[in-house]
Amino acid sequence: MSLIKLSVSALAIAAVSATAAVARDQVQVTGSSTVLPYSTIVAEAFGENFDFPTPVVEGGGSGAGRAKMCEGVGPNTVDIANSSSRITQKDIDTCASNGVADIMEVRFGYDGIVFASDVNGPEFAFTAADLYNAVAAQVNKGGAIVANDYAQWAEFNPALPAQDILVLSPGTKHGTREVYDARVILAGCKETSAYDLFLAASSGADDRAKASDATKACNTLRADGRNVDIDGDYTETLARLDASKNAIGVFGLSFYQNNTDKLRVATMGGIVPSTESIASGEYPVSRPLFFYVKIAHLDVIPGLQEYVEFFVSDDMAGPDGPLAQYGLVADPELAATQAMVAARTPMGPLN
Amino acid sequence: MTDATAPKSLLAQDVRTRRRNAAEARFQAYGIVAISISLGMLAIMLWTIFSDGVSAFRQTTFSFPVTLEAERLDPKGNRIRDEMAKVTTIGYTNLLNASFKAHLEARGIPFEGVDDKALAAFISRDTPARVRDMVLADPAMIGQTVTVTGFTTGRIDGYFKGRVTRETAAVDTNISAAQLDLADRLVDAGIMRTGFNWQFFTNPDASDQRPEASGLGVAIIGSAYMMILVALFVLPVGVAASIYLEEFAPKNRWTDLIEVNISNLAAVPSIVFGILGLAVFINFAAFPQSSPLVGALVLTLMTLPTIIIATRAAIRAVPPSIRDAALGVGASKMQMVFHHVLPLAAPGILTGTILGLASALGETAPLLLIGMVAFVANYPAGPFEGGFLDPASALPVQVYSWASRADPAFIERSSGAIIVLLAFLLVMNILAIVLRRRFERRW
Repeated sequence: MSLIKLSVSALAIAAVSATAAVARDQVQVTGSSTVLPYSTIVAEAFGENFDFPTPVVEGGGSGAGRAKMCEGVGPNTVDIANSSSRITQKDIDTCASNGVADIMEVRFGYDGIVFASDVNGPEFAFTAADLYNAVAAQVNKGGAIVANDYAQWAEFNPALPAQDILVLSPGTKHGTREVYDARVILAGCKETSAYDLFLAASSGADDRAKASDATKACNTLRADGRNVDIDGDYTETLARLDASKNAIGVFGLSFYQNNTDKLRVATMGGIVPSTESIASGEYPVSRPLFFYVKIAHLDVIPGLQEYVEFFVSDDMAGPDGPLAQYGLVADPELAATQAMVAARTPMGPLN
Repeated sequence: MTDATAPKSLLAQDVRTRRRNAAEARFQAYGIVAISISLGMLAIMLWTIFSDGVSAFRQTTFSFPVTLEAERLDPKGNRIRDEMAKVTTIGYTNLLNASFKAHLEARGIPFEGVDDKALAAFISRDTPARVRDMVLADPAMIGQTVTVTGFTTGRIDGYFKGRVTRETAAVDTNISAAQLDLADRLVDAGIMRTGFNWQFFTNPDASDQRPEASGLGVAIIGSAYMMILVALFVLPVGVAASIYLEEFAPKNRWTDLIEVNISNLAAVPSIVFGILGLAVFINFAAFPQSSPLVGALVLTLMTLPTIIIATRAAIRAVPPSIRDAALGVGASKMQMVFHHVLPLAAPGILTGTILGLASALGETAPLLLIGMVAFVANYPAGPFEGGFLDPASALPVQVYSWASRADPAFIERSSGAIIVLLAFLLVMNILAIVLRRRFERRW
């Protein structure tokens, strides 16, 4: 049958051309879905302004992206892993055992984490302690640790509206969760002195074990339905907030800025989140954004060095660039990053 | 038992008959309720998709004259492409913004309350790139005045689609009432107009800052490439396997085992085929990531069991008398299969294949692991220039990636992409029905 001949030859051609075409001519990027929009903005501008093809950018999560980068060296592995949290020693070890010896760590800016409610609802002015009291499993009530039974915001802070508590926290898979745990929940735990009570109650062998016990107790969130972990994207949080109008959602600053007609942002310690207040450090909840580059690919994949340099250039990541307009908080030390990229300095050991 | 034979009126129903009839009426009512629930769900789904998505097919564009000033676009003045390429899209953006403002002033259109930054927010960021490409392709254009047509940004466009209203603009920091007033005046002046958005079908994906410029071009090509390859791979393998199993293979424990396994494979979740594809085609065979070839191979594996099952059913439906007659006049077994059974089974095979392809077209999960759920802004090359190996995305992938973006304009794009996908599926299913009606033979 001619159809069989045709498809057999198609298979053969495909197989031959695939092995011939292993030399890839476009940059491949994968990783964090928080970094994804920034990365696509840069990739698009890069494709327009340079004579290289537009890089292919995938999402999928920081951890998955770093794991993919550490699979090995060669054109069928990715060049860059975007990450909204710092690389771990485990990743570095995996990388090294797979032959990915030199990695360049590029910090290109900061991302703010904001708390927002429905635009037609009341205004909220939070402190870390308020959020801790709202979502923790156990709280400090009159000097004793008790299971959290607060039902309304006004019960622990009369300045807050008498509205039922419902917080849409980022799920444990989220890169956002790390900074939420550390900068909001743990901070609130310490503010309300619940941390000290946990520390005193801990049966750990030494101070370190006790501190780790207390941190763990602080970061255990209530499971009675007043705190809901959202594992999906911010769009899911927004949809949930649309369905239950009295909820407080956790968003990235850029996501909030794109949806100011639906969301009302809450202040944190009296500070309104904005690129300026985050850059100055006044607004406490922010985290650095990174991408990791395989140095071995820099001379192999055409356009990779140019893409990385373009990403950290003032035209892109600077305070007036398109990334800042989208919601990125520009890194004040961008010049040092630019020099590091130009010199291709591999990252040192984690401290 | 005498009362069983006791005469009863045929006109009046006794208790048991009435109960039986009532049970039947109730059962019919349950059926109608079940159908209404499923139709209601379908109607709600279609209504949300269409009410969100139809606006994706309309788009507001502007056009105004721009003088391609030599001192901005070719500072060295030598009209050499590579020298001119040093002027980036930022330079072109500034030129367009200045020309836009100058044009408003020349036309006497007031824009009080709209500062330079808010004025720049009318022009999609995609326009400077297009103008730059045009100029670099033909440097002789420098110095001329050309009419530039491009998209307005997502929120201005949303205003004409009802997504942005004056109430939302009052709380939205990205748009102001003064900008909406100006938008109304620009429509009156004929500078802006809303029309059918052909570029939704041709443009590649765009970044989060320019939802208005995003389109399904790369996704449609990627899906088409994959469907072509899947059809080429799956048809010969599936048909050969079915013919062998139906006509030649001995009926024993081994063939039974194979049969059970094929049926089981048809029920394996599609993500499993993605994991297999990643391990075999990318990590072992070193095929390029994100390429339609790998996507097609994975989808082939996924659809193969379905096709084999459909093809075997079609072959089995050919009556044995035809086989006996062919063998009786001296045909070999292979002649019997290829001259008689296969042509008669062809409509059934075709229908099964089209339905298999339709289900493959809507599949996202296996593509997630082989790098096709990605931002791809370059069109793949033609099919004979290695396009099967270039990165591409696919229609369902585009739905998924647009649905997770921050800008509200992407919600409309996502639903629009669903409508396009549904249209493709509808066409394929209708084709399957027509072919079956046309060529099917009943014995």
